[in-house]
Amino acid sequence: MTHDRYRIGSFELRSRLFVGTGKYANFDIMERALAASGCQVVTVAVRRDVLSPEGGARPDSILDHLDMSRYTVLPNTAGCFTAEDAIRSARLSRELLEGLGNPGAKWVKLEVLADKKTLLPDPVGTLKATDALVELGFEVLVYTNDDPILAKKIKDLGPVSVMPAGAPIGSGLGILNQNNIRLCLEYLKDGDPDYPVIVDAGVGTASDVTVAMELGADGVLLNTGVAGAADPVRMATAMAHAIEAGRLACLSGRISKKPYATASSPMEGTIAPVRVGAGAS
Amino acid sequence: MHVIINGQQKDFAPGTTVAELLRQLDLEPIRVAVEINKELVTRSTFDSAQIHDGDQIEVVTFVGGG
Repeated sequence: MTHDRYRIGSFELRSRLFVGTGKYANFDIMERALAASGCQVVTVAVRRDVLSPEGGARPDSILDHLDMSRYTVLPNTAGCFTAEDAIRSARLSRELLEGLGNPGAKWVKLEVLADKKTLLPDPVGTLKATDALVELGFEVLVYTNDDPILAKKIKDLGPVSVMPAGAPIGSGLGILNQNNIRLCLEYLKDGDPDYPVIVDAGVGTASDVTVAMELGADGVLLNTGVAGAADPVRMATAMAHAIEAGRLACLSGRISKKPYATASSPMEGTIAPVRVGAGAS
Repeated sequence: MHVIINGQQKDFAPGTTVAELLRQLDLEPIRVAVEINKELVTRSTFDSAQIHDGDQIEVVTFVGGG
């Protein structure tokens, strides 16, 4: 295991896996999956509270199932389709996390979405909200698409991390455009190698996580890939290993790709072939 | 007086504070954040901030999300 530490804004982190808390069959599975993933950071969403619970009993709250002393909560602005609503959502989350005494009060995962079908980010709204939230003192982690030019323009506004998507949220398609993610990493880390870049969304299985890490991402944020798996706890374990595998491979300097074979075993000293010239060319 | 909370119309006595509203709704103040007419109400002002007829109020909490 690598355990090399890195920073996102004022946060020093060890785990490079960020895990969402949505869509688990129940809170018990969520708690066990989060523990198996080894994550330090969990994402949550902010929504209207239930005013008139059916039968009079309050529904179980995620706050009863998240150890605030163990996890740093990263609130998202999911469900916001304008910069204005995303800013409101961020301020509400900060108020909640300050009250709960969680260090996550300082940061926010910004999502300004463009349409419900793709959940792709609205680039114009994203730029506007990034600017405003940085101005309001938030450490902003910005969900964006895998466009390297846009990623750089977002970074120029001062967020603590840019988070290009591997594929649409919840799609499980993996890293659809590896070259774009590579370019995002190159542009965002140019002259600033420690600037953290997290691949956010689209992960379907462990190999997708490894690919993102091999490309040089600092971490991966996922939710559905674990929560929607038939065995979320086992998949969370796989994701933790995938992060480590990809990180170690990235640091190890992979071989270049070549079109033809190069033998691993010596060609000299092989025994006399049955027919002269067989096999060799 | 009528206010709209989380999209539902509710009746409260004039002069009701945010803290009193949360008490009547059986909500723990530490687990919610509140907006009145799209403006954040900070926790430190729950005891003093009053709601008014026609206010649009949002009372939010955390749920699972990615």
